[in-house]
Parts: sequence; C-alpha cells; structure tokens
Amino acid sequence: MSDSTAIARGAAAEAAHPHPGEHPPYQRHHFETVGQQFDATNFAMWLFLLTEVMFFGGLFASYLIMRNWYYPAFVEGSHQLNIGWGTANTAVLIISSFTMAMGVWSAEMRKKGMLLLFLSLTWILGMAFLGIKTIEYHEKWVKHHVPGLNWSDSSFLNPASDPEVHKDYPGDKPLAPEMAQKAEMYFFLYFAMTGMHALHMIIGISILTFMIIRARQGAYTTGHVTYVENFGLYWHFVDIIWIFLFPLLYLISRFPNS
Amino acid sequence: MSAATIISLPDQSTARIPKMNFLTKENGLLSWLLTGDHKRIATLYLVSITFFFFIGGALAGLIRLELLTPQNDLMAADTYNKVFSMHGLIMVFFFLVPSVPATIGNFLMPMMVGAKDLALPKINLLSWYLYVIAGIMMIYTMSVGGVDTGWTFTTPLSTHYLNTHVISAGLSVFVAGFSSIFTGLNFIVTIHKMRCPGMTWFRLPLFVWSNYAASILMVLGTPVLAITLVLVVLERTVHIGVFDPAYGGDPLLFQHLFWFYSHPAVYIMILPGFGVISEVISTFSRKRVFGYTAVAFSSVAIAIFGFFVWAHHMFIMGISNYSALVFSLLTMLVAVPSAIKIYNWAFTLYKGSITFETPMLYAIGFMGLFTIGGLTGVFLGATGTDIHLTETYFVVAHFHFVMVGGMLMSFLAGIHFWWPKWTGRMYPEKISQLAALTTFIGFNLTFFPQFILGTLGMPRRYAAYPPEFQVLNVFSTAGATVLGIGYLLPILYLTWSLKYGEIAGDNPWQATGLEWQTQSPPLTENFPEIPIMDHEAYDYEWLERQQRKEVASV
Repeated sequence: MSDSTAIARGAAAEAAHPHPGEHPPYQRHHFETVGQQFDATNFAMWLFLLTEVMFFGGLFASYLIMRNWYYPAFVEGSHQLNIGWGTANTAVLIISSFTMAMGVWSAEMRKKGMLLLFLSLTWILGMAFLGIKTIEYHEKWVKHHVPGLNWSDSSFLNPASDPEVHKDYPGDKPLAPEMAQKAEMYFFLYFAMTGMHALHMIIGISILTFMIIRARQGAYTTGHVTYVENFGLYWHFVDIIWIFLFPLLYLISRFPNS
Repeated sequence: MSAATIISLPDQSTARIPKMNFLTKENGLLSWLLTGDHKRIATLYLVSITFFFFIGGALAGLIRLELLTPQNDLMAADTYNKVFSMHGLIMVFFFLVPSVPATIGNFLMPMMVGAKDLALPKINLLSWYLYVIAGIMMIYTMSVGGVDTGWTFTTPLSTHYLNTHVISAGLSVFVAGFSSIFTGLNFIVTIHKMRCPGMTWFRLPLFVWSNYAASILMVLGTPVLAITLVLVVLERTVHIGVFDPAYGGDPLLFQHLFWFYSHPAVYIMILPGFGVISEVISTFSRKRVFGYTAVAFSSVAIAIFGFFVWAHHMFIMGISNYSALVFSLLTMLVAVPSAIKIYNWAFTLYKGSITFETPMLYAIGFMGLFTIGGLTGVFLGATGTDIHLTETYFVVAHFHFVMVGGMLMSFLAGIHFWWPKWTGRMYPEKISQLAALTTFIGFNLTFFPQFILGTLGMPRRYAAYPPEFQVLNVFSTAGATVLGIGYLLPILYLTWSLKYGEIAGDNPWQATGLEWQTQSPPLTENFPEIPIMDHEAYDYEWLERQQRKEVASV
C-alpha cells in the first residue's frame, strides 16, 4: 500500500466516526470501532476452539491407539453402554444446538423475550444431558465398572457373582481375564473422554446461567451480540465433540453380522 | 573499540520524566492487580519471572556444586534428582516459555502494531494470574519435597514408580500451560485485528513476526501437553491409564504426545528471542534487516517445521527405523530457516555503522552461541550420532547453548534495549557492558566443557561420575560461578537505575519502531492518537527526515 492510500484510509476511518468520544457503551476503550471489537473477539473465540481441538485431540489419539490394540475388549466394553440413553443424549444436544442458534438469532433481531426463551431452553437441555449422563454413570457405579474408584474384574469374569446386579442385567456374558483387564482400559477412556466433555458442559451451563441473568437485564438485545455469538460457538463446539464421542464409544460393532 | 555511540539523550539538566505515564496514572496495589494495561501486566510478569529465574538459578548452582567432585557428597542421589528436576521445570515453564513473550512481548506488541492495548486485556491479566497460581503450586510442590521425574514426566516412572509430588507438579504445569495459551492467543488476535492504518503485514517489525510464529506454537502445541498431563495425573490417581505398560498402556504414546508439545516448545522459547535480535542488530548497525521478507518467513517456517520433528527426541526409545529416518531428515530442515536468520543478521552487519552498546554486545554473543547450539543440534538430529550422544552431557550442553546462550542472551539484550522505554531511564552503560562480557565468558566456561564431557560419554542426570571427568567439571562449575555474577549484576544496576539512571528521552537509540516515536515511559494508551504507518519497517531515512522536520519546526 502506498503512503497516500494509507493516509487516505486513516482519513476515511476518521470520517466514518466524526466524534470519537461518542461510542456505544459496550465498546471497549482500546478498540477503534465496534466492528473491530467484534472481529477481534470472534477471531479469539475461533482460536480458543482450535486449542480445544488440540486438547481433545490428545484424548482421541490415545483412544484410537488403544482401540486398535484391544479391539475385542473395546467391543465388549462398548456393548455395556446403554445405547438408548446415548442416542437420547445425542438428540438432546443437537436440539440444544438448535435452540442456541435461535438464541443468537433472537439477540441479533433484538427480541428479548425470544432470547430469554431460547437461552432457557438451551439451559434446560444442557441440564437434561447432564442428568442422563448421571444416570449412565450411576449404572456403571452399581455394576462396579468405574476404573480406580469402583472396579471389579469379577463383574466381567463372572457377571453372576453379584446376583443383585445380575438380575437387572441378565444378558451380560462372562469374559476371559485378559479381556476383562482391557475392558478397564476402555472404561478409563470412556470416563476420561465423557468426563472431560461433561466438564465442558458444566462450564457452558454456568456461563449460560450468567447470560440468562444478563439477558433479563437486556444486555444482549441492544445490538451487542458478540458475547452471545461467541458463547454459541463454544456450545456448538462442545456439541460436536459429543457427535464424535457417541459413535466412537457407543457404536462399536453393534451389528457384527449385518 | 572506539567511543562511537548512537545514544542521544536529552539535556539532563532540563529533562524530566513525563508526569503522565502508565506507571504514574494510578497508584496503589489494586491499580496494579486489577489492571488491564498490557504494560503494567508486562511489568508484573517481569517481576514474577525474575523471581522464578533466581530460584531456578539457585538450583542450577546446587547442581554444579554437587558435580564439583566425582563423589556423590553434597546431597543424596535422590535429592540431586529432585534438584535437577525442579531446575528444569522452573526454568522451562516459569522462565523460558514466558520470558520474552509475556514480558517484552506484552509490553511492545500493541505499540509495535500501533494499538492502544492487546485485543483482550482481561484475558491478558488472567494469563498472569494463572502464571502466579501455577507458580504457587510449583513452590508448594518444592516445599513438600519436590518431584524427581526430570522435567519430562517420563512414564511409567512418573505414574507408577515414584513417591514424589508428581500430581501437584503436573497440575502446576497444566495451569502454566493455559497462561501461555492465553498469551499466544492474545498476540495472534492483536496482530491480525489491531494493526494501525498503513501497518501492512510486511511493515511489521520482525519482533512481531517472530512472536506471531511462537504464538501459533503456543496455541496449537500447549493444549496437547495439557491433556497429556491430565492423563498422567489420572493414571497416577486411579491406577489405570494409557501410558503404563503394566496396565496395557503405551509409554511411547506418552513420549509422542509430550514431545509433540515439548519440541515446538523450544521454538516457543527461542523464536521471540530471534525477534529481539532482529531489532537490536538493525538499530545498532543503522540498517534495515537484510532480507526482511526471508527473515519474517523463516520464523513461520520454523513454527511449521517445528511441528514435524518431535520424534528426534525418541531415536533410542524404540520407534521404527523408518520413522527415525524421516524425522531425522525433517530435523535437518529446521536448520535451513535458522541459518537464514543467522546469515541475514550477518549481512545486516555488513557495511553497517555498527556501535557496541550493551544490547548489541548481548546480540553478538547470541549470534555466536546460538550458532554453536544450532550446529550441535544438527549432530543430534542425525540418528547415528544421536544414539551415541543422547543421554550424555552433549545434549545438556546443546540445550543450554540454545536456551541460555540463545534465549537468555536475547532476553537480556531486549531488557537493556527497551529498559529506557519501559522506565524512562537509562541503565549505566559501562557496568552493563561488563556484565554482558562476564555472561559471555562465564557461559562458555560453563557449557563448552560439557560438549567434551558428552563426547567422552559422561551421562546426564547422575550425581556422581568417574574421577577422570573431574577437571572439565571443575571448569564448568567455575564458569557457573562467573555466570551467576553475570546475572546478578543486571538485577543490581537495573534496580539502581530506576532512581538514579539518566533520563532517556523518547528515542535514545534513534531507532525506527513505532514504540520509539512515543514518550518514555509511554502513556497508558501508548500514543496520543493512533499512528498512521507511512513507511517501511527499519527505515532510517524516514527517521532522519522526521527529525529534520522537527528541528525545522522548532
């Protein structure tokens, strides 16, 4: 760019904002324009999501290697999961992504009532996801399938050894000792991955609570949608992580003969 | 050396530090602890990393004292393991990684791109708090008995066999990692979105380019370390995991994940240093950096290649011959952009009007030491030599030539170079030249003998060694003492200069960067009004015209 165009650009920027003192209240002092503020924070959110991709990437890489090594045990472990709850949770999260997207839209359209409705729906769906996850975790606890905290090899070697549990799950077949040990690896990864995902959900719901309170005060319906939009990006990202977790953890060789 | 100098200070009898600046704007502890000003956060970082540098340095002193004699006499072998582990952890994660970016970078980045602040001031402050929390956790770890895994947390040693405080150390590094992620993220956003009118990518100072490259590495690499440490901590807590072969895990997987971050991490540490050297070399030879574009792209090239060489840390760990071959080849590639930098700096010096103020002395020291460090890196990148030399003092010497001889020299060059901008006062020139010289001599005396020790086969990480290695070890320990004095001097005279240094004025070095065109210390908002960049970087003729205009208007 030649010198003259650079100066012209500076002059144009000045012309667009003849009164530099008069900024909307939500513009931070160090940004020149609202547009710059939006661009910068939005870009920052995408970068943060990139770090999250790398963060979960380490987990996924470990999972894939272990799954390659111990495939039969991973199939057995996977069949212990309740596919019904898993599918329900997937549906819950996808719907919550829709309500979140509608929330962003409402903020852009400056519809306060709609925004509150959709944020609250998203909040409820997020809690529903965690509720279902709790039911699933509880089932694993009862069956002694929680590595490190409540684990027993014999629950795999001889499922009938605990008659209380076995009468609820009569379909469980005994496994060889080697398989039982590697199933523990599967469950370690299951808890590490879904736990890390659930932690992101909890953080998301906490921020959402804060946002609902702020939205009631009308914070996001005056043209400043950056916060809602960036949170939306985060929420969709956490959703996408689950979209990968669900098939990798729940859907291993469900129909081996088909 | 002639008395030639480019320092031009204002008349000391009338000069005053500007009343209104970022240091005096607000007073009181809270105005610092809740600040959003990148220059204040940089100052907080500077104080904290100096604190950790001296802890790490004291531990280094203990290591050298133990190695003065062949017997294991000063401390127990276990204690020695803890001392070198803590030295590594503190120096890598609490000094080297944040050293230039979080202090000098934080201070300069917005000024160099012509902005009022970093894009995300609150995230910047959060980054410092995370650093402090991580630091407290590390000091806690040390005070309850430390950790003796080495700084690499090698599994299954760290997850299974040791009774030391791996969990708190691991979590501390985890938190410190996020502090570094937030710094990197902030830099990338600032460089992309906050440049002033006329500031095109190829008008950015090279310091910005090299920090940009380092930030890419921080943002992409550090999360992988974070999740790896989470897995180590989990494995240690619940006694099942993916790294310990006793549970069916894969220790090589840990090495892959760890070095996927930790190799790029050495570029996180050194790239910002390159940036400092570019600025200093250009200013003190009064020339535009030779091959500006090549130097700019070489930083990015180092960042990209840096992600594809990690397995050269694993040649003796049982990776396949084919991947050893490929990674060895890729490692050689990194030498190319590094050499581009060194050659271009050398060509910048060629026919320049060179003066030897302190920052320049450090920079020239850097060029020599980094060249040795880099070339020995090529030895280690070759699989055959590496198998002989890895796990010996050769690796220790190589790493310290790059990190201490490279990074620390450039950090000190930068601190001296921008000290007048930061504080408004000059450091005392003569004694600081002496300190630069002391550091250089002490450094070579400490670490050069270690190359020889390594080729003779002295293994690293042992408290005792065969008596025939003693002479070289005595040299090394003596050198460490000299080096220690070299590092103590700056802290003394820089503190002294805060009150008694000469008033520096806006631009004591006659440098061209935007940061020099504003008052020292700068205003909280950096510039009275957002500047318009109407010239190329390092355009000394522009500066001359500018000064002539000023004289004419007076």
